[in-house]
Amino acid sequence: MKVVRIERVVQETPDITTLYFPDVGEARPGQYLMVWLPGVDEIPMSLSTIGDPSSISVRVVGDATRALSKLSKGDRIGIRGPFGNGYTVKGRHPFLVGGGSGIASLAPLAEELAAKGAEPTFLIGARSKDQLPFKERLSKLGLRLVVSTDDGSEGFHGYASNYAGELMAKGGFDQVYICGPELMAAKIWADADRLGLPVEASLERLCKCAVGLCGSCAIGPYRVCSDGPVFDSAKLRGVAADFGKRRMDASGRMIRVDH
Amino acid sequence: MTKSLGPAARPGHINPTVVEVEGGFLNAMGLPNPGVEGYLEELRELKHWGVPVVASFFASTVEEFQSGAKALCGAGADALELNLSCPNVGGEPGMCAADVISVERVTAAVKQVAKSPVFVKLSPNVTDIVGIAVAAENGGADAITAVNTLKAMVIDADFRRPVLANVTGGLSGPALKPVALRCVWEIAEAVKVPIIGCGGVSNWRDAVEYMLAGATAVEIGTGVMYEGLEVYGKVNEGIAGYLRENGFGSVKEIVGLAHRK
Repeated sequence: MKVVRIERVVQETPDITTLYFPDVGEARPGQYLMVWLPGVDEIPMSLSTIGDPSSISVRVVGDATRALSKLSKGDRIGIRGPFGNGYTVKGRHPFLVGGGSGIASLAPLAEELAAKGAEPTFLIGARSKDQLPFKERLSKLGLRLVVSTDDGSEGFHGYASNYAGELMAKGGFDQVYICGPELMAAKIWADADRLGLPVEASLERLCKCAVGLCGSCAIGPYRVCSDGPVFDSAKLRGVAADFGKRRMDASGRMIRVDH
Repeated sequence: MTKSLGPAARPGHINPTVVEVEGGFLNAMGLPNPGVEGYLEELRELKHWGVPVVASFFASTVEEFQSGAKALCGAGADALELNLSCPNVGGEPGMCAADVISVERVTAAVKQVAKSPVFVKLSPNVTDIVGIAVAAENGGADAITAVNTLKAMVIDADFRRPVLANVTGGLSGPALKPVALRCVWEIAEAVKVPIIGCGGVSNWRDAVEYMLAGATAVEIGTGVMYEGLEVYGKVNEGIAGYLRENGFGSVKEIVGLAHRK
């Protein structure tokens, strides 16, 4: 457990806030921190910026994220990590699909891919145009940036998964990365796999200990906190009964994945 | 070995539930579990695949202990482990391991209805663990598991408050080992039933030390954090290697060997 001071707060969208703090040490895109706000909770958050400063990007979905998004410069948070495996940086023509706050964990990957000379296509999707984070940051990378919105207010009118399916069917990609709502991710994974494209998808389950002990994030034979959160095609096949279908609640009962 | 199952589903405590310390971890998960009934399907599935299952469970009344035992045995549990010793659920089910009369009564009640062997897991957070172990044996326990985690806490100097949301938690890992080893040693001098040692086992040498102190088997939890899930296979291989190199024919020959006068 390390305590860091927030250096800068950026409002990305009405409900996504990026908190910048000093470098947390060596990390790979796709890895996450356990972020502690005393008296509230400790939750996993993907790194949205790696290096100095580092950052997390918080979308308000509950008490802990609401409290985090209200923090200001100078406030302190506790952090553990970085944890998890992270993405493998590969492909000449990689295709990245980020849905909503899922764009956060893919942004540092896109930067690393671009720096390595790859030519990524990055599809960012959200419900409407005011909910798309990192557009400016990503457009500076010289990659092909495409947008989808559920309400058609910008870019492709419809679900990111449908647009991703169209783009993949046209061909030209050699690697697919996915991070976003599970039903979206599961559909893109299925389409990509049918086309024979290798996939890495970042999965989400209830993560409590982050060190592979407590079992709350178990999916099939894996623990998302330490065997993941990034699952490649082989691992995704191993969790076919669960991915996009069911997950454990806090007590360990199986419930349906509904978004 | 399942996580502990109770009479009803529990979500457990909010985070932080785990914090690393020098030589181990503190946890205060708060017994999250789907409830005995909610777990039976998974238990049957495990048995369908031929997996040996020790079902750990807890309850707050004798009747609940009995109905839990019946349900778990009915679904095929190969053994039951009574968790009488979780330190993290104050005022709720849990710490009856501190009371000699309760331990004997609960153990006897479960034995009355259980078709499978019954292990009783004890707490190190007691004045006299030997008296408790004897009570479990008198109640008919088929084995004693020693020990659960040691009650502990961590305070963060920057935030000036306890780290665990539950304030206190249980210490596991290497730092627990010398305490747990002593417990196994003392219990071994007082009871005849087999002892399962646990607390800080992460390699074969730890396991052998527990066996020399009197344990017939060991449990590994926190070792997974240090060595991964491979820890179980590695410990088994290491014990076999130790036996071979030292001319022992069976693991039975080293159980309690350190007690020889």
